[in-house]
Amino acid sequence: MSDLLQPILTVDRLTMRFGGLTAIDDLSLAVPARKITAVIGPNGAGKTTLFNCMTGFYKPTLGSVRLNHPQRGVLALEGLPSHAVAHRAQVVRTFQNIRLFPRMTVLENLIVAQHNPLQAASGFSLAGLLGLPAYRRAEAKALETAVGWLTRLKLIDKADVAAGDLPYGTQRRIEIARALCVDPVLLCLDEPAAGLNPRESAELNELLQSLVADDDLSILLIEHDMSVVMNVSDHICVLNYGRKIAEGTPEEIRNNPSVIQAYLGEEEDENMDASTEGAAP
Amino acid sequence: MRAPVLVHDALTLAERCKDAASVALIGLLLGVPMVGLTTVDQGGALQVATRWPLLGAFVLAVFVGRLVLRYSIDRVSAGKRLRERAEGAATASSAGGAGWVRQLGIAALVLALLMPIVFSDNRYVVDTATTVLIYVMLGWGLNVVVGLAGLLDLGHVAFYAVGAYAYALLSTQFGWGFWAALPVAGGIAALAGLLVGWPSLRLRGDYLAIVTLGFGEIIRVVLVNWTDFSGGPNGIASIPRPSFFGLPFRPPGDTPSFAGFFGLEFSPMHRIVFLYYVILLLCLITNLLVTRLRKLPIGRAWEAVREDEIACRALGINVTGVKLSAFVFGAMLGGVAGVFFAARQGFISPESFTFNESAIILAIVVLGGMGSQLGVVLASLVLVLLPELGRDFSEFRMLLFGAAMILIMIWRPGGILSRREPTLRVARKEGGA
Repeated sequence: MSDLLQPILTVDRLTMRFGGLTAIDDLSLAVPARKITAVIGPNGAGKTTLFNCMTGFYKPTLGSVRLNHPQRGVLALEGLPSHAVAHRAQVVRTFQNIRLFPRMTVLENLIVAQHNPLQAASGFSLAGLLGLPAYRRAEAKALETAVGWLTRLKLIDKADVAAGDLPYGTQRRIEIARALCVDPVLLCLDEPAAGLNPRESAELNELLQSLVADDDLSILLIEHDMSVVMNVSDHICVLNYGRKIAEGTPEEIRNNPSVIQAYLGEEEDENMDASTEGAAP
Repeated sequence: MRAPVLVHDALTLAERCKDAASVALIGLLLGVPMVGLTTVDQGGALQVATRWPLLGAFVLAVFVGRLVLRYSIDRVSAGKRLRERAEGAATASSAGGAGWVRQLGIAALVLALLMPIVFSDNRYVVDTATTVLIYVMLGWGLNVVVGLAGLLDLGHVAFYAVGAYAYALLSTQFGWGFWAALPVAGGIAALAGLLVGWPSLRLRGDYLAIVTLGFGEIIRVVLVNWTDFSGGPNGIASIPRPSFFGLPFRPPGDTPSFAGFFGLEFSPMHRIVFLYYVILLLCLITNLLVTRLRKLPIGRAWEAVREDEIACRALGINVTGVKLSAFVFGAMLGGVAGVFFAARQGFISPESFTFNESAIILAIVVLGGMGSQLGVVLASLVLVLLPELGRDFSEFRMLLFGAAMILIMIWRPGGILSRREPTLRVARKEGGA
C-alpha cells in the first residue's frame, strides 16, 4: 500500500500569469491520496485559479500538474482539455457559483454527469434509438447510481424537480452529487459550504468524511468556512498572492504566524470573522 | 411579469393619468408630422396644410387607449400572479399537464391524417396544409439546434437550400428518383452542416448567430451567381415529382400511371394529396427521431449544453462534439425538408431561400416554445395561416401578423408551449424494477 504515502496529485512549480498579473506564482503542492486537503487563503489569493489550471479550464503559463491515477498511472493534467480531465483523469470539480442545469430535473442533472459511459453504451445513439437491451441495461445502471447518490445526500424527494427551483443549500448538495456521478478519483470542491447554514455545514462535514472513509475518494477543497476546514481537513495549504505561505495540519496552520498575518494583517480583510471563529474552539 | 411598460403595478389614478399623458406626449411628437401636417394640391403646386383638430383627436385617442391598455395589462398580470400562487401550492399536478399535451398531440395527428380526405376537392386547403407541414419539419430541425442545444442559428435556410438543390441537380442531371435522392441529399446537407459547424461552433451566442447568418447569405449568393452549376437566378425547372412506388401522377396514357393502375378517374388532386401524405410521413419520422433522441444521452447532453456549457465540460462532456451533432442533425432535417420542397414545387430558385425564411423558421421555434415539439406545430399553423387568413386585409396583413406575434409574446413570453417535460423520472424506474 505504497500509494497511501504517495500523493494522488502533484503540482510542481505552477505559474499562471494573466498579462501583468501573476495569479499563481511558482506554486508546488502535493495532495495526499484518500485524505481531505483544504486550500485556504484571502480573496484573490489564486485558489480558484489553481482549480482552473488543474482541471483544464486554464492553460498554465509554467509548471506541471501530475495525477497519480490508481488504475491509469501518471497523467499530465496541464495539457488536457477540461472535458478530458473529468473523463479520462477522473478529476471532477464543482464551482464557486453553482453551475447546475437549472431547467433540467435533479435526476437529469445526475444522468448527464454519466454521459460518457451512457453515450458509449448507446452506440453513438444508434443502439439507443433501437432500444437495444445493452443500452437499456446501461441506462438502468446509470439510474441506479444516480438514485444511490440522491438517497445518500438526502435529495431523493427532490429527484423530479427542476434543479433551478430548489433552495441554495440544496443546489450545493446537488452539485456535489452530480460530480460524484462522474465517478471521480479526486474531487475538487470550490467553496462547498458557501451559503450553507450551520446545520447544513455539519452535514457537509459528515459527507466529506464518509466519502474518504467509505468510498476511497481523495478530496481537495477551497473553503472559507473555518468550521468546515478545521474540522475535516487532514492537510491544509494556505495561499496568499499566488504563493504558498504555509502548509500542514489544522493545528499547525492555526498557530502559524504568517497565516495569522495574512488573514488579520490585511487592511480590507473580509475573512477576519471566519478565521477568528475557526480559531476560537 | 416584466412587460415593457413605463411604470409598474398597482397605480393611483394620478399615476395612471401621468403615464397616459407621457405616452400621449410621444403620440403628439410623432403626430405633428404624421397627422398634423399634410400636403394638398392647390392649383398644381403642393402646399402644406394643417389638421390640428385631427391631431387633437389622435392624441386624445392615444391618451384614452393607453389608460385602457395599462389597466387591462395590470388586471391580466394580477390575475396571473394569483394563479401562479395557486399553482405553486399544487406542483404535483405536473403529470396531468403532460397528459394534456399528449392528448393534444394525438388529436392533431388524427386531424392531420383525416384532413385531406375531408378536403379532397379543395386544392387550396391541402396545399396550405402541405406548406404548414414543411414549416413544421423545418421548425423541428431548427428546434434541435436552437431549442435543445441552445445554438442561435440564423442561417437554417442554407441547409434547406442545400437539400433542395441537391435533389434538383441529382434528379435533373443524373436522373435520380425522389426516394433515392432523399437520404443522399439529407446527407449532403448534413455534410454542409459539418463544414460550417466545425470551425464556427467554438463561438458563442451572438458570434455564432453572425456566422450562421453569413453562411445563409453565402449559399444564396453562390446559387445566384454560379450560373453553370445552379442555373443562377433562373433556378432549376422541371424537377421530377415523386411517384407512387413508380407510378407517376399523369393522365392515363401508354405508360402506367397512378390513376390508370388503380382504375381511378384522373384528377390532379391525387398528386396534391399524395404530396401531403409524403410530408406528413417525413414529419412523423422526424418527430419520432427527435423525441427518441431527446431521451438518449445525446439529447440530454444537448439540453445540458444549452443550460451550462462550462458545467458540461467539468463533467467530462466534449461540448464541441455535442454541439456539432445537434447542428449536423438539424442541418440534415433541413436538407430533407428542402428535398421535399423542390419535389413539390418542381421549380426552385434562390428567391425561395432568403434570410426571411430563416427568420420565419426561427420565429416558429421561439413562438412555439423552445424545445417543444407540439409548440412548433402550433406556431407553424399560426405563422403560415395568419398571412393566409389575412389576405382580405391586403396591405394590412403584415401589420396583423406583427400584432399577433406581439400578443403571443405578451401572453406567453416563453412561447406557446414553454413547459419542459423531464426525459426520465425516478418513479418510472421503481415501477420497472
